[in-house]
Amino acid sequence: MSGLRLDGIRSRALGPLDLTVAAGELVFVSGPSGSGKSLLLRAVADLDPHEGEVWLGEEPRSRIAPSIWRRRVGLLPAEAFWWAESVGEHLPVIRSTHADRAASTHRRLLSAPLHPAILRLSKPFRRAPRRVSNHPALPDHSTITDWLGHLGFAPDVLGWSVTRLSTGERQRLALVRLLAQTPEALLLDEATANLDPSSGARVESVVEAYRKTRGAAVLWVSHDPGQRRRIGGRSLVIRNERLEPEA
Amino acid sequence: MTLIHLSPFDLGLASILVLLLAGMSWRLRLGIERRVLISAARSTVQLMLVGLVLKVLFAQTSLPLIGLMALVMLSVAGYEVMQRQKRRYRGVWGYGIGALSMFLSAFTVTLLALTVIIGVEPWYQPQYLIPLLGMLLGNTMSGIAIALDSLTRQAWDSRGRIEARLLAGGTWDDAIEEVRRDALRSGLIPIINAMATAGLVSLPGMMTGQILAGSPPMEAAKYQLLIMFLIAAGTGLGSMAAVWIGSRRLFDDRQRLRLDRLAAANRSS
Repeated sequence: MSGLRLDGIRSRALGPLDLTVAAGELVFVSGPSGSGKSLLLRAVADLDPHEGEVWLGEEPRSRIAPSIWRRRVGLLPAEAFWWAESVGEHLPVIRSTHADRAASTHRRLLSAPLHPAILRLSKPFRRAPRRVSNHPALPDHSTITDWLGHLGFAPDVLGWSVTRLSTGERQRLALVRLLAQTPEALLLDEATANLDPSSGARVESVVEAYRKTRGAAVLWVSHDPGQRRRIGGRSLVIRNERLEPEA
Repeated sequence: MTLIHLSPFDLGLASILVLLLAGMSWRLRLGIERRVLISAARSTVQLMLVGLVLKVLFAQTSLPLIGLMALVMLSVAGYEVMQRQKRRYRGVWGYGIGALSMFLSAFTVTLLALTVIIGVEPWYQPQYLIPLLGMLLGNTMSGIAIALDSLTRQAWDSRGRIEARLLAGGTWDDAIEEVRRDALRSGLIPIINAMATAGLVSLPGMMTGQILAGSPPMEAAKYQLLIMFLIAAGTGLGSMAAVWIGSRRLFDDRQRLRLDRLAAANRSS
């Protein structure tokens, strides 16, 4: 289990910021709108150009391929976008058993101690392992069904067309999509903003369960003081481009 | 059959039609009368000049002069591709992507046609080289302009979806895949349609020209077929190169979507 450490993160409207979120720790970030909360999460996920380094456990981000970094440090944006037709197509594992087998082969191959230079050289000739690569223990079918159940969905939701989903459904399913890539750290941007209180509570409990069982570091942007009190954890505020403990 | 020479008066008659069109545009407030007139004037000046230049060029068959001409054609085509972009790439890329892709596709295909297929002696004989290159450049230019425009527009519009794929652990390749495919398709559709309807709806320009100039229709048809195949290949290659370089340029070394590498929307297109 690995903690998340931000080291001198600085972008247009932020920082430099230092922050350590231990493995299994929960840190809330709040602040007025426009203060850069979302920018902070985007910087950690490496979506925008910025200065500074982020560490996942002992590994610096600059040593990890961006796609793998983003899979391991999962960002849930405030607005969930979907690119394929059905919900299930967005999940990394729930595919045919054939894909599962291929995935495990890839994992075996990739875990072999190859020199990075060889990997780089051979890259154009390898067929890119599509979604599953170099990543430990993807969740099985029942784990995902479990998450879906906790969030109020039957398993057949995976066959639904994305266009059928309401905003709230999209947001809850986006959480399942994110957890299915088994991130080691979670970055949540207003994860319950569009949800009614009971759905919000379901999301909170799923995130909490994930944090506790997997020991994931969680950095949660939330403007809901009730939520911060309910769940506990450390609370920080972005003020004047800096992170300060909440008064 | 001999060629009937056109007098300036004949051309003047035809130009009245364009003036009429501009007048209609003004009456109907389409707002394109200026552009109609300017491009008509441009084409007049340009074609007259080219006629003069080619006269000189054909008389000499000098490789440096022909090379210079080809370079001028390429640079204008590159500029034209840039002009047709709603959101062009900032910096040298705005010009470079289009120009490089056209250079790669149109020049290669022309060279192949001259040396291997037609077998012109010497290969740079301007009567063959210049029209061939011109047709290839003109058509790859349209294909590349459409493909690049579609690429950047769609990338701009589907930023959320592209970033969602990145966040799901996709590489830049996965994330832009669909946008890229659409862009390529839209670049290639015009030439595919042109091939599919060639001869049924209209006689293609070059064949028309050859027939007017007195060539046997069958010869004209064969040349037209050759040109069409070359154009299809050239457009395909060029669009692929442009879309590939362009889509790579939308991401940086950390595979972030960098829409800031595109300039603000260009009003005129």
